[in-house]
Amino acid sequence: MLKIDNLHVSVAGREILKGLSLQVNAGEVHAIMGPNGAGKSTLGHVLAGRDGYEVTAGSVEFDGKNLFELEPEERAAAGVFLAFQYPVEIPGVNNTYFLKAALNAQRKVRGEPELDSMQFLKRVREKLSVLHISDDLLHRAVNAGFSGGEKKRNEIFQMAVLEPRLAILDETDSGLDIDALKMVAEGVNHMRDANRAFVVVTHYQRLLDYIVPDFVHVLADGRIVESGDKSLAFKLEEHGYAWLKERKLAGSEA
Amino acid sequence: MSALLDSLTSAAATDRAEPAWLRDARAEALRSLQAEGLPTPRNEAWKYTALRALEARRFAVPNGETSAAIDKSTLELPGIGGPRLVFVNGIFDADLSGVGDLPAGLSLTTLAQELRTNPEPLRFLLTRHYAGRGEAFARLNTALAGDGVLLRVAAGARVQAPVHLVHVGAPAQGDVAWALRHLVELGQGSALTLIEHHLGDANAHFGNLVSQFSLQAGARLQLVQLQEAASAATLVRRTEFDLGEDARVEAATLELGGALVRHDVQARMRGARAHWNSRGCFSLGGRQHVDTQLDVRHEARDTSCDIFWRGLADQRARGVFRGAITIAAGADGSAAALSNKNLLLSPHAEIDTQPVLEIYADEVQASHGATVGQLDERAMFYLRSRGLPQAQARAMLIAAFCRETLDGIADTTLREHLAERLLAHLPTEG
Repeated sequence: MLKIDNLHVSVAGREILKGLSLQVNAGEVHAIMGPNGAGKSTLGHVLAGRDGYEVTAGSVEFDGKNLFELEPEERAAAGVFLAFQYPVEIPGVNNTYFLKAALNAQRKVRGEPELDSMQFLKRVREKLSVLHISDDLLHRAVNAGFSGGEKKRNEIFQMAVLEPRLAILDETDSGLDIDALKMVAEGVNHMRDANRAFVVVTHYQRLLDYIVPDFVHVLADGRIVESGDKSLAFKLEEHGYAWLKERKLAGSEA
Repeated sequence: MSALLDSLTSAAATDRAEPAWLRDARAEALRSLQAEGLPTPRNEAWKYTALRALEARRFAVPNGETSAAIDKSTLELPGIGGPRLVFVNGIFDADLSGVGDLPAGLSLTTLAQELRTNPEPLRFLLTRHYAGRGEAFARLNTALAGDGVLLRVAAGARVQAPVHLVHVGAPAQGDVAWALRHLVELGQGSALTLIEHHLGDANAHFGNLVSQFSLQAGARLQLVQLQEAASAATLVRRTEFDLGEDARVEAATLELGGALVRHDVQARMRGARAHWNSRGCFSLGGRQHVDTQLDVRHEARDTSCDIFWRGLADQRARGVFRGAITIAAGADGSAAALSNKNLLLSPHAEIDTQPVLEIYADEVQASHGATVGQLDERAMFYLRSRGLPQAQARAMLIAAFCRETLDGIADTTLREHLAERLLAHLPTEG
């Protein structure tokens, strides 16, 4: 589904990703862990199509198509979703109105019939009950005045309604209490199926107690330095990222 | 003398059967106008609004003839009943107006009618002296305005149905200059909603409107000003408020139309605990030039004002906003808040904003903020990343930016109608 090959990305002339390769197949959950400054958020932003990131080498294919030829809204319609680490507050834009417009814009591109208000609200109610979110969220402006936890819940709620094929969660767990963390995990687990994939970017192993990944990758200094199964996350938690660095240095000397 | 003043003052020579005090006031206004002329950019309040092009134009006197019939339905606001008074090119049109059964406590007549029958009570308002060169258009209005609306709400009367004042610009023989004066008096403890509406097509007329609102103790006024004048029209307005004790004004203003538009607002809070509140938005495109100047004066204890304005300028448009608040000596315990945010949607557009706060009293709370910026790129990316095409995301953000100004309007039908007008007017293409 997603094939990242030797990706090099610079921001304002500084190279952040230095040859990152990753393959994600439908039905898989990949966790990407790594220290601060390793390039985790850059990866999410580049995949979603944010301006200001210069791809200097490498390629990203999504379903066999060059992702970089698509505008952000085209990527969304193709099924890519980024849960932001810092969701943007948009006062004056109602959450429900925004989400309905977004969903219908995606459906239009895909040649699917647009949902009317009744159909849309039905879908929204279903998702709210699964996620145990109060419908108070529907009446508020997008993220405006939301607490950190509410913003993250709103990201997961949007993901649930938009039903992307590839969801990238950029440190969605950071700053969450245990209840909110469980809610985020439930949102992901409920959507896991053979046709959908998740890339969960996180700094801590904690989230992975609730979202059990198929693969864990360690991102350090702009590339994936280690890959394994979920036990890798426990090792990291136990020994810290410094351990990895030492191991890596030892390995390169050998 | 400029072509403008020459063409207008020769029109003013028309004899009217009016009281001597009014003839004197008109003559005095004309004399000072001819002696001093119109303001120049050297005048602080006119720094950003040049009048050279206007001064070179000549206008005819409106004679009531228009070259196309006006469809009454275009003047209506859906769901808004109540009396409607319509002025076409500055002339009262009884056929288009509909007063119906007036609500109890509301008296409604035209200024021309009242000047014929009972002018004396109007003497104080109509002879108000406009001293400075910067107030040249108010002088012009004193000299020329022979009609308008005279509205009185009796003490204690709370009028439910909004009164709708419509100013229509319609194509006529040449460009005409009209002047109107509206006088609105709210008795003690009374309440009124008034809609001042400007609209028109295919004309380059020059309108000059002065509206004077006086509120006795405890009176409440909700004023909606919807300005959708023709795209080539010139419109100069002055709105004055005089608030007694515990009086309250809530004004909502949309400046959408016109080529050259100037609106001077003066609010004087003379009674303790008076409150004046203004929410507004201008949304400009093409080469529109719209200048709003607020002059708010706290003259009594514990008075408060809340100013919340948003501005948008696209293409080569120019928006000007000045919000001046003065808290006079003795107006202790007063509170003033001003927020003015503006969005530039094109590199060729310009917005000048200036908050001015002068405080001479004690224990005052005051805050002000004014910004000019561009659409938030982060918000744009966020919306697009959810699947919204760029143009739709942009339109959504622009609409959100402006819509907040309508939040204060309690009447849902009216609020939704104004939102619709605003949204229809907003730029959509990137």
